[in-house]
Amino acid sequence: MPAKLILGLCMAILFAAPLRAQGYAGLGSTAEAGFATPEHGRPLVFPRDHGPHPEFRIEWWYLTATLAGPDGTPYGIQWTLFRSALAPGEAEGWQSPQIWMGHAAATSARSHHFAERLGRGGIGQAGVRTGPFEAWIDDWRMAGDDGLRALRLTARGGDFAYDLHLNAEGPLVLQGDRGYSVKSADGQASYYYSQPSYRVTGTLALPSGPVAVTGQGWLDREWSSQPLAADQSGWDWFSLSFETGAKLMGFRLRGTRGDFTSGTWIAADGTATALTPGALRAEPLESSDAAGPEVPVRWRLQLPERDLDIEIAALNPAAWMGTRFAYWEGPVQIEGSHRGRGYLEMTGYDD
Amino acid sequence: MRRAALLALWSHWRRHPLQLATLLAGLALATALWSAVQAINAEARASYARAAAQIGAGGLDRLEAPGGPIPLARYVALRRAGWQLSPVLEGSWRLGERRLRVAGIEPLSHPPLPAFAALAEDATALPQMIAAGGLLLAAPDLAADLATALHEMPGRPQVRASDQVPPGLVLTDIGVAARLLGRPDQIDRMLILPDQPIGLAPLSALAPDLQRLPGRAGSDTARLTDSFHLNLTAFGLLSFAVGLFIVHGTVGLAFEQRRAMIRTLRALGLPMRLLTGLMLAEVMALALLGGLVGLGLGYLVAAALLPDVAATLRGLYGAPVAGGLTLRPAWIGSGLAMALAGTLAASLHALWRAARMPILAAPGLQAWAERAARASRLQALAGLGLIAAGLGALWLIEGLIGGFALLAGLMLGAALLLPPALAALLRLGRRRARGVVAEWLWADMRAQLPGIGLALMALLLALATNIGVGTMVKSFRQTFTGWLDQRLISELYVTATDDDQGAEIARWLAPRVQAVLPIRSVDFTPGGAAAGQTVTVYGVVDDRSYRDHWPLLQTAPRAWDRVMAGEAVFINEQLARRVGIGPGDSLTLAPNWQLPIAGVYSDYGNPTGQAIVAMPSLLAHASAVPNRRFGLRLPAAEVPVLAEALRQRFDLPASALIDNAALKAQSLAIFDKTFVVTGALNLLTLGVAGFAILTSLLTLWSLRLPQIAPVWALGLTRSQLARLEIGRSLLLAALTALLALPLGLLLAWALLAVINVQAFGWQLPMALFPLDWLRLFALALLAAGLAAALPARRLYRLPPSDLLKVFANAR
Repeated sequence: MPAKLILGLCMAILFAAPLRAQGYAGLGSTAEAGFATPEHGRPLVFPRDHGPHPEFRIEWWYLTATLAGPDGTPYGIQWTLFRSALAPGEAEGWQSPQIWMGHAAATSARSHHFAERLGRGGIGQAGVRTGPFEAWIDDWRMAGDDGLRALRLTARGGDFAYDLHLNAEGPLVLQGDRGYSVKSADGQASYYYSQPSYRVTGTLALPSGPVAVTGQGWLDREWSSQPLAADQSGWDWFSLSFETGAKLMGFRLRGTRGDFTSGTWIAADGTATALTPGALRAEPLESSDAAGPEVPVRWRLQLPERDLDIEIAALNPAAWMGTRFAYWEGPVQIEGSHRGRGYLEMTGYDD
Repeated sequence: MRRAALLALWSHWRRHPLQLATLLAGLALATALWSAVQAINAEARASYARAAAQIGAGGLDRLEAPGGPIPLARYVALRRAGWQLSPVLEGSWRLGERRLRVAGIEPLSHPPLPAFAALAEDATALPQMIAAGGLLLAAPDLAADLATALHEMPGRPQVRASDQVPPGLVLTDIGVAARLLGRPDQIDRMLILPDQPIGLAPLSALAPDLQRLPGRAGSDTARLTDSFHLNLTAFGLLSFAVGLFIVHGTVGLAFEQRRAMIRTLRALGLPMRLLTGLMLAEVMALALLGGLVGLGLGYLVAAALLPDVAATLRGLYGAPVAGGLTLRPAWIGSGLAMALAGTLAASLHALWRAARMPILAAPGLQAWAERAARASRLQALAGLGLIAAGLGALWLIEGLIGGFALLAGLMLGAALLLPPALAALLRLGRRRARGVVAEWLWADMRAQLPGIGLALMALLLALATNIGVGTMVKSFRQTFTGWLDQRLISELYVTATDDDQGAEIARWLAPRVQAVLPIRSVDFTPGGAAAGQTVTVYGVVDDRSYRDHWPLLQTAPRAWDRVMAGEAVFINEQLARRVGIGPGDSLTLAPNWQLPIAGVYSDYGNPTGQAIVAMPSLLAHASAVPNRRFGLRLPAAEVPVLAEALRQRFDLPASALIDNAALKAQSLAIFDKTFVVTGALNLLTLGVAGFAILTSLLTLWSLRLPQIAPVWALGLTRSQLARLEIGRSLLLAALTALLALPLGLLLAWALLAVINVQAFGWQLPMALFPLDWLRLFALALLAAGLAAALPARRLYRLPPSDLLKVFANAR
């Protein structure tokens, strides 16, 4: 998921102004600041790795779900908890260097509601723990068992709320090479795993009234300290669920030295195959500035090795997240060689 | 030609350096007083703006625990219940000998702060503030001190200077504040942020013990202090006007003296238009020079007065104002503009006359005087009109502006009426005069009147202002002192650190003193007629002390009995006047709490509304009433012993105990500071007026030679003439001073009964101070005598040949 979001989090927090895509260059090298860097080959251990890794600079618990009302009306929700460390490690009380940020959104074809929460680590206002698993900021929660098999997800903003139950129908998927996900030709990488197969039921409260919804959810877990190369300005990220039961996670990192694409093909039985960099081709077809800067809202994706040639289109082109870091995030419909639904996130378009 | 003309014009000033100095001094004085007031006002307003932006949160409702601090866990619990809040921790921090106020805010949740926005470019700021040793923001002078003082501290916080932080405050992250203050798990209040999610449980259910206080309306300080600044501005304008009399006098003199030169230049072929243009340019250049000097002087005056003004504003309104002065383009601009515009206005008459002067005419003083006589009837009418307009303005315009319009109308109208009034008096004097010399003297004075009239108007205004403002201040002080004696009932006042300690102290004290009077209050926002006001409601216990001493202005029958029974309320004068209610009306403090008003009490402590009810009724209607302050009744001799015992027993800081005498002294000190500036401006204005008389007399000096020469030729000696000169000046000043007395008293009345009511909400009884009048009268005579001394000395030393020349020169 989007690393760029966290770039310069600390600056955006203070100044409440939309943040520009800022390279990491200004922050000094990761090693200099004392942060850990992902190591190739280090195995992920659960439930420990469901919890926070304060020695890394950034981390998130990122859940998106494509939903439908009783009459088939499509909806989408997002629930994200970001962690950003001002310094490596954890401390009690106000001295904790950890900063937490929550984003929640509920999107339909005609409306897009979102909210944002910020909190300090150390005092109990926000955090993640295991045994049993709970991720929270203020009254927003994602909580359940330590295997992340059954979760309850809640959030509310000024004009929307949701309360959902998530049940995993497949195994966790380790992205990249056993969870080590390379993000640039220079070798920037993150730890990255997902649970892409939640069945979701619950209630969505919108200004028009409550809606009972069902659908599919996708959880991403990622942490790193230096996820983007200096030249990379933003990224486009896709999580797609096809009617065949197969799934595709793909991303395109935009850089001045050329784009870097990668991803994972997840078969219907949950078997994951990492894509070789460059195998996935993503081409913007149509842009919109419905709710902010101009962003591509229709794409053509090709993955020849899987005979995939699809067009994806935003359910609501105005799904702009006008939070302190502004970005576009919303549900998409898939047509072409494969059909289905998914989520699209695009960052770095607000420059 | 142009060069020659310029040289000729300039030669006049070269030959009359004193005149040039006078003109520049007049301009500089006028500009100085005006721009000093402007600088003070600008500085104070900038301070308010800074404070308002800094507490940007001031408009937000807040949640406080009546008893003292709130555990940090309560904040977390309310956040986890969904409420969007921002915690604040504040306290006093000792740094060496200094006590500083530390404000700890939580930067993630706090509304944006200008001081923090300045850190936007610095990626290391937030990590330093939260994760590393901390970051302290303070005004530049304090920041420098902090940096030095903290040098030794291990793991010391960084210090950054910021113009955006109010004076005396250290702004930092709440975690750093908690460390500095040694209060890791406490906060003092929570701001309730504007955007809240849907479906929240009400705070009254989640935290019934916390008190939700309404945010202050944005520009509270600005509104409260507006009257103060308007006062200063009015004073500045008055000083400016008085200064302009000097300019008018000098410029008029210069033109009179240059008539011959103007005639010559024109006869030589210099077009009138060019000459007028050159003279205008000359005047403007002088105005610019004088204005610049005035700005420099103004800066010095402002710098000298600002610390007192700052102390006043802090003491009276709690408005934070820095004691230091910064140059602001606004007041430099306004000062220069005023100097130029004022000079132009003061010189237009002279320029116009010079431009219309027939080339060959040889006008004399008498002609001028005759024209003036014709104008004087018009002037009297204009004066009456202005006074009427002032009264009309009071009637038509609401608030303070109307009050000041009345003052302006009164003062200007009276000033315009002065020459006709003096003329009438002089005519009377002449009729009663016996002897040739006396008759000449009276007649001569009348002839001089148009020339010196403006200076006398300046004197009138200065004297009347002195009497008026002096009477107001002294009346106020007398009333205030009496009120303090009455109001400060208790011998000793004690403040506990929290409610629990408060209760303990009260228990401990009960057997040791005659009475423990709790001082407990809560802010209410009433409905009905008083809607929109914030009223601080005090609960009082039934004690003889109140019944005997409380300063009531109006009462209904059985007032105290009814209030103590919870059946009625007392309100302060401010509230009564602002809302227009009094005994017989009722006050709706809360939807379910309406009480008839049993009395109105005077309250000179603050400009806000207050009410008093019986303690049990207050406690029944307010959920969280702090119980930390007490007044103690005991024999005065026992105060020191008890205070020491209290301090030891409860480990109270020195500031938590204050005895009656100290409190009184403190209050009076604040009061006196308030009027230091007024007094200083008063004296400066009088000085300027004295200077105006001097310039007028100097102006008249050369014009009068043709009139004195014949008298001298008829046998009066030069020393007799010089004595008469001084006597004439003294007489005119004395007459003016006599006329200034009623005007000053009228002004005092307007200040006490109109301006004070509008500005503060209280009306004060007027007291008379005849000794002050006598002193002022003597001062006026002294000023006039000194002003006349110079021309008299010249006259005395005048070579007789000069007097003879008068007959030789055809002027």
